[in-house]
Amino acid sequence: MAEGDIAQALADQVRDAAERGQPLKLIGLNSKSFYGHAVEGEPLQLSGHSGILRYEPTELVLSARAGTPIPEIEAALAENGQMLTFEPPGFDHTASLGGAIASGLGGPRRPWGGAPRDQLLGMTLLDGRGRILHFGGEVMKNVAGYDLSRLMAGALGTLGALLEVSIKVLPAPTVERSLVLELSRERALHKMRELARQPAPLSAACHLDDRLHLRLSGNSASVAAWEKQIGGDAGDGEDFWQRLRNHRLRFFQSERPLWRLSLPPATPRLDCEHQVLTDWAGSQRWVYTSSGAVDIREEVAKVGGHAILFRHGDGKIPVFHPLDSVRERLHRGLKKTFDPEGILNPGRQYASI
Amino acid sequence: MPSFFLCALNPLFCNNRAMNEIERDKRREVLAPKLRKVVDGPHVLSLAEELKPYECDGLAAYRVVPLLVVLPGSTAEVQAVLRICHAEGIAVVARGAGTGLSGGALPNEDGILLSLARLNRIISIEPDNCCARVQPGVRNLAISEAAKPHGLYYAPDPSSQIACSIGGNVAENAGGVHCLKYGLTVNNLLSVEMITIEGERVTLGGGGLDGPGYDLLALITGSEGMLGVVVEVTVKLLPIPQRAQVALAAFDEVETAGQAVADIIAAGILPAGLEMMDNPSLRAAEDFVHAGYPTDAAAILLCEVDGGSEEVSEDIAKVRQRLLDSGASEVRTASNEAERARFWAGRKAAFPAVGRISPDYYCMDGTIPRKHLPRVLREIAQYSQESGLRVANVFHAGDGNLHPLILYDANNSGELELAEEVGGRILELCVEVGGTITGEHGVGLEKINQMCAQFPPEELQMFHDVKAVFDQKGLLNPGKAIPTLNRCAEFGAMHVKAGDLRFPHLERF
Repeated sequence: MAEGDIAQALADQVRDAAERGQPLKLIGLNSKSFYGHAVEGEPLQLSGHSGILRYEPTELVLSARAGTPIPEIEAALAENGQMLTFEPPGFDHTASLGGAIASGLGGPRRPWGGAPRDQLLGMTLLDGRGRILHFGGEVMKNVAGYDLSRLMAGALGTLGALLEVSIKVLPAPTVERSLVLELSRERALHKMRELARQPAPLSAACHLDDRLHLRLSGNSASVAAWEKQIGGDAGDGEDFWQRLRNHRLRFFQSERPLWRLSLPPATPRLDCEHQVLTDWAGSQRWVYTSSGAVDIREEVAKVGGHAILFRHGDGKIPVFHPLDSVRERLHRGLKKTFDPEGILNPGRQYASI
Repeated sequence: MPSFFLCALNPLFCNNRAMNEIERDKRREVLAPKLRKVVDGPHVLSLAEELKPYECDGLAAYRVVPLLVVLPGSTAEVQAVLRICHAEGIAVVARGAGTGLSGGALPNEDGILLSLARLNRIISIEPDNCCARVQPGVRNLAISEAAKPHGLYYAPDPSSQIACSIGGNVAENAGGVHCLKYGLTVNNLLSVEMITIEGERVTLGGGGLDGPGYDLLALITGSEGMLGVVVEVTVKLLPIPQRAQVALAAFDEVETAGQAVADIIAAGILPAGLEMMDNPSLRAAEDFVHAGYPTDAAAILLCEVDGGSEEVSEDIAKVRQRLLDSGASEVRTASNEAERARFWAGRKAAFPAVGRISPDYYCMDGTIPRKHLPRVLREIAQYSQESGLRVANVFHAGDGNLHPLILYDANNSGELELAEEVGGRILELCVEVGGTITGEHGVGLEKINQMCAQFPPEELQMFHDVKAVFDQKGLLNPGKAIPTLNRCAEFGAMHVKAGDLRFPHLERF
């Protein structure tokens, strides 16, 4: 057995738990333990299954065991002038590759660089019977069979424990510049949408406290041309974006319930948006509010979005946006297929799965 | 094609022989009036001459006449049709524009062919949200045309984009020549409205960049009409790049061209398109459209960069230098838009060009890790020599998607079967080097045997189980995309490699 390879031991533990009907709580590097509902179960420690397996920069593909820390991957990529385009957050800790995929969370670059699911090419996983299954591959185009590896992205470990993951990586931009424009929320949203419609080399657009923060990424000619056209002042540089990615800005230093709204980006300010940080050029809004959960979700659903009680919930209000009856049935069916005994992170996402 | 031959290819056809023509006519007579109650009479086709045009999709070697063809004119009609089929246990094969190349829309002779062609309305273009809401029968290119006045476009551009429909693109997770930079269909969707086989409507995805719960949008994309019927699609629109520029490089060796691709990537350039053609395909293209390709080259590369005007100037200069450093015998950059269009014309016409030099050709669709290209091309040349069939290769070099075109003449007895055998060997080779049997055309009926080479029984069973979550009765596009384990056992028996028998636990008969 290679160093860092504990797949067999993990498979044994899951098989054994399945036989006993014993729920398991999946733990990678535990950076997102606050996310979702608490799981009562025996810990399934995945961080020991670690290490980069294959990385050939010219293939633009990296395969690693799911417990591999994101910084280790980002360092290997940086050495070759490449990057993870989805900027997975680790918050106050270090994230693992598996956790980054399973949570499905993307950083400030998300609207342009894609989410974890967009860069996911294939994976090896443990299903709820403890079987090691392999879906997708290590090539960029692959439509053989249903896309079950993408189904795992954002499923919070309720369908499988990820063992190995292959992702698409891309060249890092040669130049990045941050700009700040003094603008009200309303005008900033307008500006973000205007820029999103133009071939500007945007890689982040966020509004907070009457300041619109923009990041430009590309080659030197392109960034210089757009920097001039957009104007504004130099921003705090990469430091701001890293603090946004990991929720270390002052805005996030609160114990109040933090809502994440996912919306059509041009949606004007909703009634429930009392105190808001607008990210992803309008698509993602972090909100503190005195509106009730039901009202928030009703208002958000009306415009085609959904709302997650991201942090500091009371444990009773559902964290994730309730599903309609058809989707609910499909979720239960898929859960039953991958995890017939219901032992993988039961209830972390929805009570029924 | 006679049915006994189809039976040999696929047991799906043999099983259905059980129902004879008389029974089928009876069933047609009973079902048609029921469907005409929910869909306007003229849009339920039942006469032989009406059904005939629907007997195949873009893979014309397989033909089956459906029991009935139904063309619903609204989402409510789709729901009503599916409710009837679900209640009566009738198979449903959904069809978009019928341009698919893997037989995914091949009808079922005891089922209905559900054409979404009448659902062809662009519902809205929302420039501020950078998205378009369209019905499934809208053509891929029509979306970009409608978005153009807003400076926006829809990125995935399968070569059939002038004709193929967005619903079909979702079903097959269609690609195109710009996938490396802009992704596949799955990366360019925001949401779909889907009707389940029970006739219920469900939204997958959301108005923002993600939806609640599991990523069912990703699951449905590329599922080949096996899980539901898509009745509305919301796609992402991107700003039209200010400028695009292309370089054409000639190489004396295929290996050198392959290395040049790696060198461009290593230089940190992300080309919008990066295409390779080998000598047989580039010569056929040159004879056809006179693109100015160097016909003595072993291979050519087309490398396009797009973006802001300044960005493109900087990048194309880098690309040119890289190509020369990598051993290109000649590099040309298009001096104007007309020349750029001409460089691409040859590549875009490669399939019809090959069609001119051979009565028939069989288009394969494997994907391989790029580094294995020289080996794969060498082995393909070997298969070509052994079979006596010529093979021309077109390669989406940026993303590793290889389209070998196997040239044959269907009028020569046994040549189609030979072409299929060579094709099967090529796909198994793709799997062997770590790739896949289909990059963008789908499994359909065509590659169902090769699925056995790509996936072990447990994974295949998982696919069947997922299908059952959506379609318990197995009515949606039955027999496609995922082979039964018994089928793989039989196929495996024909392909025992070095005593390594696959599926040893399964019965064989």
